[in-house]
Order: sequence, then structure tokens, then C-alpha cells
Amino acid sequence: MEMNEHVQDKLKILAESAKYDVSCTSSGTTRKNKPGTMGSAEGWGVCHSFTEDGRCISLLKIMLTNNCIYDCAYCINRRTNDIRRATLSVEELVELTIEFYRRNYIEGLFLSSGVINSPDYTMERMLRVVKELRTTMRYNGYIHMKSIPGASRELVEQAGLYADRLSVNIEIPTEQNLRMLAPEKNHQSIFKPMYYIQQGILGSSDERQRFRHAPRFAPAGQSTQMIVGATNESDSDILRLSSALYLRPGMKRVYYSGYIPVNAYDTRLPALKQAPLVRENRLYQADWLMRFYGFKAGEIVDEAFPNLDLDIDPKLAWALRHPEAFPVDINRADHSLILRVPGIGVKSAALIIASRRHGRVTSSALARMGVVMKKARYFITCGELATLTVNELHPDQVRLALAPKKGRRDGPDTRQLSIPFTD
Amino acid sequence: MLVFRYDKSFEGLLTCLFDAYSRRAFPERLISMDEPPPLFAGEIHGVVAERAKAERVWAGLERRLTRPVCGMLMHVWLSELPQSDELLMRYMRKAFDAQASIATMFTDPDVLEVKKIAAKVSKERERLTQFARFQKAADGLFFAPVSPVYNALPLTLDYFTSRFADQQWLIYDLKRRYGYYYDLATAAEVTLDDDERLLSGKLNDALMAQDEKLFQTMWREYTVSLTIRERLNPALQRQHMPRRFWKYMPEKNL
Ligand code: SF4
Repeated sequence: MEMNEHVQDKLKILAESAKYDVSCTSSGTTRKNKPGTMGSAEGWGVCHSFTEDGRCISLLKIMLTNNCIYDCAYCINRRTNDIRRATLSVEELVELTIEFYRRNYIEGLFLSSGVINSPDYTMERMLRVVKELRTTMRYNGYIHMKSIPGASRELVEQAGLYADRLSVNIEIPTEQNLRMLAPEKNHQSIFKPMYYIQQGILGSSDERQRFRHAPRFAPAGQSTQMIVGATNESDSDILRLSSALYLRPGMKRVYYSGYIPVNAYDTRLPALKQAPLVRENRLYQADWLMRFYGFKAGEIVDEAFPNLDLDIDPKLAWALRHPEAFPVDINRADHSLILRVPGIGVKSAALIIASRRHGRVTSSALARMGVVMKKARYFITCGELATLTVNELHPDQVRLALAPKKGRRDGPDTRQLSIPFTD
Repeated sequence: MLVFRYDKSFEGLLTCLFDAYSRRAFPERLISMDEPPPLFAGEIHGVVAERAKAERVWAGLERRLTRPVCGMLMHVWLSELPQSDELLMRYMRKAFDAQASIATMFTDPDVLEVKKIAAKVSKERERLTQFARFQKAADGLFFAPVSPVYNALPLTLDYFTSRFADQQWLIYDLKRRYGYYYDLATAAEVTLDDDERLLSGKLNDALMAQDEKLFQTMWREYTVSLTIRERLNPALQRQHMPRRFWKYMPEKNL
């Protein structure tokens, strides 16, 4: 097939249309290279490039088409928008994926699509792309495929046999708000395909216990995304939904996407000057606390504090609300308590536990291990000179010392904040 | 002060340790063959690298340390940092003398330092796997120029051979002037006699495959289209993707 300016133009249009979908990781799978074939999705997926906004490019994130029969208020591709439309053919998508992959530009393909004709019609076209890659091209690189809301069980089941990861975006956390902004969608159209994926994953791991060579189903699990700030849900609503989702087998990541007012004319949406990036960042931090630090959603946000503190990170916020849990004795405390100390991360906690077997851990050793002593010192003891902890001082004083000084910045920071990518 | 002079090879370093144990005297400094001795050097012992001695030392280390830790020592060696050989020497000595494994004794500065340098080298390895870019030549060979700060290229072979198993490629370290050529079966170390013409890092148009320019352009335009202009943060971009890699990346330097 000929690559030409026509394809070049379509690629630009469809990248523009796909860029607001944040999920980018490509890890958590174990598709090995088979001798003589192309690609491998083994080990950790890496970011191959970064856009000028500082976000990771790991996969060729692209839409099959940005034509859509739906009219979701938050989406740039809604049918009532007057934008350039394009559709890539199956062959064009396959060739782009292969050629980009061969040059080490990407880890694989992330395919989504607007809805054309019907959800199943759209899914079938997407399926042809991934099937062609896996069978004809014998491609073993990573594939993340969106499942179209409302797609039938049969097609979701087929997709799971070729894709490493499947995802269905929730976008709006409560059903009422979803129906308001996306009249053609409801929670059932989203949770049903999610459920089919979950069943597929469970079914295949069952099979594989009995037959080692039974086919894998979406080995990298599923993920979803919620838009933050387009509707009035609190952080507590969002995090409680996330933590319920993480309880489901195979749910690997929930992504949060600060709402960017792409359709400012639509009065159902709030008039935002800019995306709520600090809030998005705090949600990711809270998500990490739930997945790697043993926090429950109800500890991070509750009825008294339904929204995350924008000035300080959620772990510090928890510590200041719970001075009674401190100080933590670095040389004696359980791993789970050490993880609760502000300024100590997963890595430094592991180093502390390992080093304790050889003798006392001192504060200078802590600093060398990467502990942020500026924060941690209010919450620990390590058997040295007494320092003032959060209990001798008042939590408000500690907060004052650690929160960013007000009025120093010349205006709101509009930059993208770092998003933790590790799976 | 006791000084050992050796050939600055890894085998040579292991031989230094062997000699130190058999002489029961440990050097404070290690210098290369043509380096002037330090001012207060007392005795200077010349070490001749010997495979048999080196293998005995390495086998001893493998008995005392786990594989990942032995791997870390290799990483530190590839860092090529000044005095990293002396650090390795002290570390290995401690590993032999201690009753139990020292691998997790991070209260010891040498143990922590080895871990830190190994992490830096491993980061550089990762960055090579992230940012190396192949250009397709007219004869079908895929060529990727690199110039890492540490000598991390040998550590990337598992990545490149498993991903690009069905294409011929050459990855070349233009700083150290050697590379690996993969012929669809194995990757072998190569040094090109005429590598001068590659030093720019770009295949000239005559050598390029027909569609190569188009794919480079499409990739660059793709990364531009993907940018959310409401969120520009070039500092964050540079933090994740240091500028020194840009010269061989079509999205940044076409
Ligand atoms: S269905 Fe998807 S592509 Fe179509 S308008 Fe809604 S969010 Fe946009």
C-alpha cells in the first residue's frame, strides 16, 4: 500500500481527536516475542516520547474515525461540532502501527473510535484492525482497544482475544449527570461491556489453570477514565467509585482527566477558564495511596472533608488530621505504618525495612535513602535527639510550614502537572 | 599509600581483588597504565589481568550475592565514572569479608553508593530503550545512532532483540564508537572502520529507504497534534525526555 499525504493529513486529524483520552500506559502484560515474528510486549511498557505539555506517548493513540452519531457535550468529536472529519482504512492503520513500531516510536497501538452506524458496526471495524495485526502481520506488540459503549458481548469477547487491554470510559461518575451530558449513553451501556471484559478475564484464567495453552483474554486487564470538573461530583464521589472499581478482578487503572472546555458554547457545562489540573493531580495521588499505600477511600475523603485539599497532598492531609498516629518509630514500626509517614515513599520504605536488619537507621541514613526529611521529621522518631513532632507542635503549625506560601505565584499555574505513569 | 596499576578492564579489576587477597594488602588507589601515580604513592603494584583469577573472584561473588546484586556491580562498572572501580573494589571486599550478605546494608555509604550509581545506569539504559530511533536504510537495514552518558548500550540488547526480531538493525554508540549489529539471529558487537560518515547521526537522503522521510514527518506531526495546547509545560517535557537525546529523534530534530 502507498503511504501518502492523504494518510498524513488523516493521521493529524485523528490524533487531534484522540488526544484528550489520557490513558497511556502499556504495561502489565506478558506477550512474548515468538521466534521470527515482530514485537514483544513483555516487561514494563515505556514512554517513547513526551509532548510539549509533558505527557507520555507510549502508544499510537489514534481513532479509527472521528465521525460520530452521538452528541456527548464534553467531547470534541460530537456530531454537532463543525470539525474536519476523517476515517482511516484498516490497511492504513495496520501499516502505520507496524512502521512506527519498527522505528521504536511506539510500544503499540491504542485504538478508539467515534460511533458510526451502531456500536457493533464500529466495534467490528476496530476488530478487523487488531485481528489483522495479530494474525496476518504476526505482531506481538501492545494493543489497547476501546470497547464502544453498548457493544455486544460477542464482539467484546473477540476483542479480548487480540487486545492486551480493553477499556470502556465512564467519563461521568454519576448516571444522572452522564444522561444530562451524553443523552445517548447510560451507565448500563458502560458497565455492561465492562462486565463482559471482567467475565472474559475470569473465564480465561480459569481455563488456563486447567489447560496451560488456553488463550489469554486481555492479559493487561481493563482500565477506565473519568472526566473531572465537568460536573458537580465531589472527590469523595469519584474516589469511592474508583475504589469500588479496583475491587473488581482485572480492573488495573482508573484515569482522571481534568475537564478541558472544548465546547465552551454548551451551557450545560461549567464555564471554566482552565482545566482543574491541581485537582486532577491530587486525585492521582489519592489513587496511588489506595493502590500502593494501603489507604481506603474513606480515609482520604469523608463526609467532613468530601474534597481533596488543593494546597497539600492527600497523604500529608491525612497525617495532619490524625496526629495521634504519630510519631512513627522508624526502627520498630510495621511497614504499613512507615508507609503512612509523609515524605516516605514506597521505595524508601522498602530500603528502611531492609536496612533495619543490619542495625539502627539514623536520620542521616534516612536522608541518603531519599526520605524527604523536611516533611518526615514532624512525623518520626529514630532514637536520636528529640525534634518537635506534629504532637508537640500543632497540626496547623506543621501545615503552615509545609504548604506552599500563598500569593507567591503570579497567577494560576496552567501547566500540566506530572502524572504518575507506573502501573 | 598502596597503589595498583591495571588495564582498566573489568577482568583486570577482578584480578586486582585477587592479588590484594593473595598479598593481604589492599590498595587505596587504582590507576590506569598511563596515569601518573598520586603524589604520596608508596608502593605501586602492577596487576596483569588474568581470566582464571577473574573468574574465581566472580564465582565467589556469585556465591555471596544474588544475581540482581551482581548485575548492579556490572552496571556500576559500565557507568565509567571516575573512581567507580575503587568503589567496586571496596564493595567486593566487604562482600567477601562480611558474615552475611551486605546487599541491603544501606547504612554503609559504599553499599548505598553502588545502588545509586547502578540506578543511574539503569535509568540510562531505560532512556536508550525509550528514545533510540531507527531510520530505515535503502537496503532494509534499520539504523539507530545513540550517545548515552554511561556505557549502557550492552544492557539494552534484550530489549532490542526481543522487539525487533524480524528486522536487521544496527545500533551504534557514536560517542564510544562501537555498536551492535543484528542479523535476524543474534546481535554481535561491531566497530565500523568508516563510522565518520555516521557521526551526524542521520542517514543521508541517498541512503534512506523511500518512505523513510515520510514516516519521520508523520511521526513528528503526530506528536504535535497530540499536544494539548491549554497545558503546555516544556519543563516537564525536558525532565522526562532530556534534551541530549533530541538530536536523533525525528519529532524533535528532523
Ligand atoms: S460517543 Fe465518543 S466520540 Fe462520540 S461524541 Fe460521545 S465521547 Fe465523543
